[in-house]
Amino acid sequence: MKKILLSSIIVIIGFTFIGRLSYLQIFSSSSTQILEDTAIKAIYDYPERGYIYDRNGELLVANQPAYDVMVIPREVQPLDTLEFCSLLGINKTQFTDKLKKARVYSPRLPSVLVPQLSKEDYARLQEKMRKYEGFYIQKRSLRYYATHSSANVLGYISEVNDSDIKKNPYYKQGELTGRTGIEKQYEDYLRGIKGVKYIQKDRFNRAIGPYKDGAMDTLPEQGKEIHVTLDKVLQEYGERLMIGKRGGIVAIEPTSGEILTLISGPTYDPALLVGRERSKNYSKLHYDTISKPTWDRALLAQPSPGSPFKTLNALIALQEGVIKPETTIRCYNGFYVGNKKRGCHCGGGLRNMNSGIYKSCNAYFAGTFRKIYDKYPTTDEGMDVWEKHIKSFGLGDFLGYDLPTGRKGRVPNKAYYDRVYGDNRWASSYIISNAIGQGEVAATPIQLANMTAAIANRGYFYTPHIIKTIAGEPIEDPKYTTPHYTTIQKQYFDPIVQGMADVYTKGTAKWLQIPGVKIAGKTGTVENFTKIDGVRTQLTDHSVFIAFAPVDNPKIALAVYIEHGYYGARYAGHIASLLIEKYLKGEITRTDLEKRMLEKTLEAEYAKPYSEEEFKINEYVW
Amino acid sequence: MSGKSVLKRVDWLTIFIFLMLITIGWVNIYSSTFSDINSSIFDFSELYGKQLFFIGVSLLAAFILLSLEANFYERFSSLLYIITMVLLIGLFLFGKTIAGATSWYDLGFFNLQPSELAKFTTALALAKYLSDIQTDIKRTKNQLFALLIILIPALLIIPQPDPGSALVFLALIFVLFREGFPLFYLGIALLAVLIFMTTLMFGTIWVSISLALIIASFLLVKKTSFKVPLLPLSLFFIIAVVFSLSVNFVFENVFEQRHRDRFSLWLRLEKDPEKLDEIRKTIGYNTYQSEKAIESGGLFGKGFLEGTRTKGDFVPEQHTDYIFSTVGEEWGFAGTATVVVLFTILLLRLVYLAERQKSDFSRMYGYGVISILLIHYFINVGMVTGILPTIGIPLPFFSYGGSALIGFTALLFIFLKLDANRLNEWH
Repeated sequence: MKKILLSSIIVIIGFTFIGRLSYLQIFSSSSTQILEDTAIKAIYDYPERGYIYDRNGELLVANQPAYDVMVIPREVQPLDTLEFCSLLGINKTQFTDKLKKARVYSPRLPSVLVPQLSKEDYARLQEKMRKYEGFYIQKRSLRYYATHSSANVLGYISEVNDSDIKKNPYYKQGELTGRTGIEKQYEDYLRGIKGVKYIQKDRFNRAIGPYKDGAMDTLPEQGKEIHVTLDKVLQEYGERLMIGKRGGIVAIEPTSGEILTLISGPTYDPALLVGRERSKNYSKLHYDTISKPTWDRALLAQPSPGSPFKTLNALIALQEGVIKPETTIRCYNGFYVGNKKRGCHCGGGLRNMNSGIYKSCNAYFAGTFRKIYDKYPTTDEGMDVWEKHIKSFGLGDFLGYDLPTGRKGRVPNKAYYDRVYGDNRWASSYIISNAIGQGEVAATPIQLANMTAAIANRGYFYTPHIIKTIAGEPIEDPKYTTPHYTTIQKQYFDPIVQGMADVYTKGTAKWLQIPGVKIAGKTGTVENFTKIDGVRTQLTDHSVFIAFAPVDNPKIALAVYIEHGYYGARYAGHIASLLIEKYLKGEITRTDLEKRMLEKTLEAEYAKPYSEEEFKINEYVW
Repeated sequence: MSGKSVLKRVDWLTIFIFLMLITIGWVNIYSSTFSDINSSIFDFSELYGKQLFFIGVSLLAAFILLSLEANFYERFSSLLYIITMVLLIGLFLFGKTIAGATSWYDLGFFNLQPSELAKFTTALALAKYLSDIQTDIKRTKNQLFALLIILIPALLIIPQPDPGSALVFLALIFVLFREGFPLFYLGIALLAVLIFMTTLMFGTIWVSISLALIIASFLLVKKTSFKVPLLPLSLFFIIAVVFSLSVNFVFENVFEQRHRDRFSLWLRLEKDPEKLDEIRKTIGYNTYQSEKAIESGGLFGKGFLEGTRTKGDFVPEQHTDYIFSTVGEEWGFAGTATVVVLFTILLLRLVYLAERQKSDFSRMYGYGVISILLIHYFINVGMVTGILPTIGIPLPFFSYGGSALIGFTALLFIFLKLDANRLNEWH
């Protein structure tokens, strides 16, 4: 009996241990990922981030070294704190605080004492560094900007956050990633692939040698340089013209869809988001909720397009066969919706398509728009046809360009009006504002520029894109190399292009001609409203302009949108004209025009809604 | 008797398992003390080199022990016991202190730890006394004397301090139970331990209620067959409740915080997971690291010399008391299960061998051997895998240490000699 008792105890102990061990080693044992092992440390070798060049090979973004002063608290010897602090450019309290923090983090491991010294500080410090034991300088790589322009389109890089890490396990705490703009869009190419060395650690977290003799280590892969389609000269010039104005400019090469210029005003120097002052500058920009410098108006603003939209309605009317170029409509200095009169600035009289465009006659286009709808038995059907045509120009949806932000804009359809007015409780008179680009329709500057490119090409466009080459290889993505045809046949474009060319010769932009260059354009003056203390208040009109040139062989198509710039021919028209001349000729011949644009600002206009006083809009002064 | 006949009669299964354990043990010591500098396995400045030397010495000792006359051990057991007791006392004067414990004699090339030798001499002395024709285990006087033989080395070892080793000697009480010491005492002791643990975990009130319920159900079952021993039962109940109350008192007022923390950890008394984690990483640091190392080994381990936590010295004392965690990390469940199975077979085989002895002395000594090996194996593996509180004693045949290896070898091979000689007892 006792013999069996002892044997049973031995067997029970055996089973207990096997049970415990299987619990530990079979059921709790986590995955075999080596990085989950606390005894292994991965040391990364970061490749240099790829450079960014413009379409002509001009450098836009490169890298610069930065120097972090590191400290290993345990190894710090008594030192001349005063001298050291003055070298570092901090005061003694800051120094002791930082040292204390580093010690709390770990006495044995390096911590950053002062991040990102300037080159000058580094030069001064370097010679004397030997004197300070326990401190050393670690080199890091930061972005360097070879231009003061293009902050929003280039974007910036910043440290990854928890959600980035969750989304893409490639990233580890403290690494950098493209946050906006091109840096974000082409992150995978620019970043390269980091190399890794696995190090065996001891329990004090000290490295004691390579893990498996480095068998699993990898070498870094360099970041790729990319060329973008932007024109640095045009980009910088456009930003100079935009000083003191808010709005967006997008220029596209119609024959390729390449984005030549993408400007948002106001902007800021991209270098502000690099270096020691980064977070201070970032909050300043980010919390400027009035002028919103980090909000890319070229991609995100979606005002009503205004009169440039008339060109599309003209094209649809021709395609639908409801009008001929020579058909005339009388303008009574306006037109009637029901018995309510809507105004027109064209001067009145008989208008055909040509003068309707270059004089921007509202009555002519209201009539044309009605004809499109009257062709179909119901407004619903007319609406469907109209929507199909408009959308074929890339409006009302994301264009599919290669930048990380955008807006759909709006092409109202019957579903939209059913929602707003109720099922079938609306008629063509409700939607007549769309005839002249007011009302419900809305488009971003890049959509307007793309629409202009489609007119310039007489019926098709390429998806706008910003990438030109990656590591020297031109892009062959069919997304950017296949033309998208509009629903309008080629022959219908000629009268519209003629009308747009006449805008420059006898119409609303006749003062903006460029000697020797034949331009086609269309002005837009867009009514807009805001809420001040809950009251819907009208503000000075937005100034909008679309143009392409040369008319017969278009090399540039652009859209300019200036908030509260009043007439389309004023700010937007001037800027468009100057940019086209700069791009096509390389120089400006009309210096008076240029001087006016460089000097005039709209700050006073922008201050009005915040003045808490009564103010006038659309003032004639110019 | 010739050397040839002892080789013929000795139990080769036991020797085989012994050799397996020693080999596996050394491989893991090599791994946990290995540094990247290229050196020979015979490099005696490295711990694995030294251990290889101790293995050689142990094998030589095993051979000598098998060659000696079998009745030598019975005859000289008292003398050996007295010598080791003197050595233990001598430590108070001439002992060398390592890691806070004065447990060694410095012999220059080697530190001798007499407590390791005392294990087999005490087992011998106990067997000798109990097997004496004069001794009757039913007599209180003889019971007390037998306990004295066990307690003397334990009391000499506690002040070193080395409470773990002292505890080992108490395991020899199992021999007394085998030889007729009433199991009732064992029952009382186990009950006391049970009440101690449950009181800490659930509190006196619940323990009292449970006890009352158990007694009540006991009465219900038994009521028809015989007269209820009401008085002893109520006395037992009162003592149990008083004991339970005293547990709380002792725990709160006599124990020091570090003792309390160990129990908090072992019995998971601390309910706040954050505080528990804190205790795990401070008081329970060794166990925590060893559990993690074993866990990280998974089913088949990381491979020989590939244990990252072993290489990084994450588990303190890994080559001595925590050697089993190296097995766990580098050889995985396959390795740890093999070791557990080997120990189980060894111990069962020894029970079988002990029971087939004709001589009382041999059988009692055999039980001494089993008790000592079992308690080491149970406490060590239990501690390393985190199911028992931290008690620092080596894993037999595995842990680094010359005295321990030689002591365990002597313990085992004296018994193997006695066993090989069992047929001669007839004469």
